[in-house]
Amino acid sequence: MNQEVPTKTVTFSETMLRQVEEVCQRYPTRMATLLPVLHLAQEEHGWLSGEVLDAVADLLGLPRAHVRSTASFYLFFRTTPQGRHLIMLCDNLTCMLHGAESLLEYLSRKLDIPKGGTTPDGRFTLIPMECIGGCDTPPAMLVDKDFHGNLTPELVDEILKKYA
Amino acid sequence: MEPLLLKRIQIPGSETLAVYLREGGYQALRKALEMAPDQVLEEVKRSGLRGRGGAGFPTGMKWGFTSKDPKRPKYLLCNADEGEPGTFKDRPLLEKDPHALIEGMVISAHAIGAEYGYIYLRAEYPYASQVLERALAEAYEQGFLGGNILGKGLHFDLHLHMGAGAYICGEETALIESIEGKRGEPRIKPPFPANVGVFGMPTVVNNVETLVCVPLIIERGADWFAAVGPKESPGPKIFSLSGHVVRPGNYELPMGTPIRALMYDCGGGIPQGRRLKAVIPGGPSTPVLTEAHLDVGLDFGSIQAAGSMLGCGAVIVMDETTCMVRVAHRLLKFFHHESCGKCTPCREGTGWLEQVLDRIEEGRGRMEDLDLLLDVSDNIRGKTVCALADGAVSPVTGTLKYFREEYEAHIRGGRCPFRGKVSG
Ligand SMILES: Cc1cc2nc3c(=O)[nH]c(=O)nc-3n(C[C@H](O)[C@H](O)[C@H](O)COP(=O)(O)O)c2cc1C
Ligand code: SF4
Ligand code: FES
Repeated sequence: MNQEVPTKTVTFSETMLRQVEEVCQRYPTRMATLLPVLHLAQEEHGWLSGEVLDAVADLLGLPRAHVRSTASFYLFFRTTPQGRHLIMLCDNLTCMLHGAESLLEYLSRKLDIPKGGTTPDGRFTLIPMECIGGCDTPPAMLVDKDFHGNLTPELVDEILKKYA
Repeated sequence: MEPLLLKRIQIPGSETLAVYLREGGYQALRKALEMAPDQVLEEVKRSGLRGRGGAGFPTGMKWGFTSKDPKRPKYLLCNADEGEPGTFKDRPLLEKDPHALIEGMVISAHAIGAEYGYIYLRAEYPYASQVLERALAEAYEQGFLGGNILGKGLHFDLHLHMGAGAYICGEETALIESIEGKRGEPRIKPPFPANVGVFGMPTVVNNVETLVCVPLIIERGADWFAAVGPKESPGPKIFSLSGHVVRPGNYELPMGTPIRALMYDCGGGIPQGRRLKAVIPGGPSTPVLTEAHLDVGLDFGSIQAAGSMLGCGAVIVMDETTCMVRVAHRLLKFFHHESCGKCTPCREGTGWLEQVLDRIEEGRGRMEDLDLLLDVSDNIRGKTVCALADGAVSPVTGTLKYFREEYEAHIRGGRCPFRGKVSG
């Protein structure tokens, strides 16, 4: 007997749908609204699962393949589950000259996850970054939307306490 | 020279319209709106302003190329993608002086006849995005954006467009693709954006700092601007100084200021009395220079004559403890990671360079590898759609030119001679 597998239907909040309407006013084509709408969808759902991407495609009337392919191009669009907080530590040249690589090792040990990994409690994802424009205060990182510079292991310990 | 581009950033509340107006903001726009578009364009041409985003193309000339077809709407895009490692000069402008950028864009839109604009901001600058959103709302409220600007009949709509973490989107045609809602893959030129840009319309793309120079030129006049620094690349310029210096930071100096003055007078020299080894003058896409070049002026022509490029003015200082192979390896990892993958020489070549550098750094290299590095570089340079690939070979060719013996020491010794001694 065939039993229907219930597919998870993705919905977007009223607030987000209103924001999408506003975004649509700003561009002459539907396709151009894709990046801003992906940002909104990610804010709402935490990451962009295949279902969320398809729902975005349907909402904007764009080919699903286009939406998936576009999302996969950009580092900030996360197509795998993420922790509640993203630790984005730069290890590009200037930060490297100031110890970013050992700091990255330190974080990886402290959180007991590989680079790119997420802690089992879902609290943090550790992401090595290219330059984030904080080379005057190296090493530098973003935690979610907050910028932190002149990092040391002790300072990182302090900072991470603030993110539950 | 007193700072002009950075003059407001220390003032509390500098990002608000109230403070900007109090400090004389939007006066240049009033003046520009009394001028005909062609007069504004002529003024910018005469100023000698060259683009601050990396390529140094004369701004007035670029504007002059824009299609004159009145039936096609024109677009002005601000490149706020600031992704070149070591560059953080646009950041204070975006975070502390957003109205200077908006004013620069409205004046520029008037000159080229653009009705629509976007600021393409990198996702790595979330704070700047908040500041810009607020500043744009204020500017709309007070009639500096939208329809009939300052009652002068000018129409210019401007919005913020957030990038999503791809260095290549700083390349102007990739930026255009990205605004259109696509993967940020550069376009083959021609056609040039001046004729076929975003949404198929005539488009001008300018860097943040370039656009912030525009109100200054209108306010003080082209002659004043042209008289700052060398004749073929004049004006004030923000240099991002980082690496092994006592006081890293953004320093606004006249174009043509010697590297030495930036590094020592502004930056306080190298910590712990160490010796200089190498300086990257314009971001990792530009080849390294050495101690022998300290008296070279930081301007497009002088740095080029010295064998490198001014780029966006990101000066990265490395002292004697720095391993040049490790530096080149890290930068090739960056370029390989950021290659959009459209052209084979770039996609594959940057990966090969990264691999060969990795094995030399790990002590597994062979002497033939040095020629191989140059050979692969030759096969990348000038053979691709965009300039990312040309920049990507710079760390290899630059370090091999001045530090070949360091590569050889890695190979001969079977290990990195700097391991354990490197500062990082
Ligand atoms: C790979 C690559 C990355 C670039 N990144 C930037 C950038 O982040 N910001 C920028 O202003 N220009 C960048 N550029 C230069 C732009 O293509 C373009 O020349 C510039 O935005 C034009 O503005 P300007 O004439 O005012 O300098 C980049 C170019 C390349 C090839
Ligand atoms: S040179 Fe590299 S980054 Fe530029 S278009 Fe080709 S593959 Fe993409
Ligand atoms: S190199 Fe790390 S912030 Fe720029």
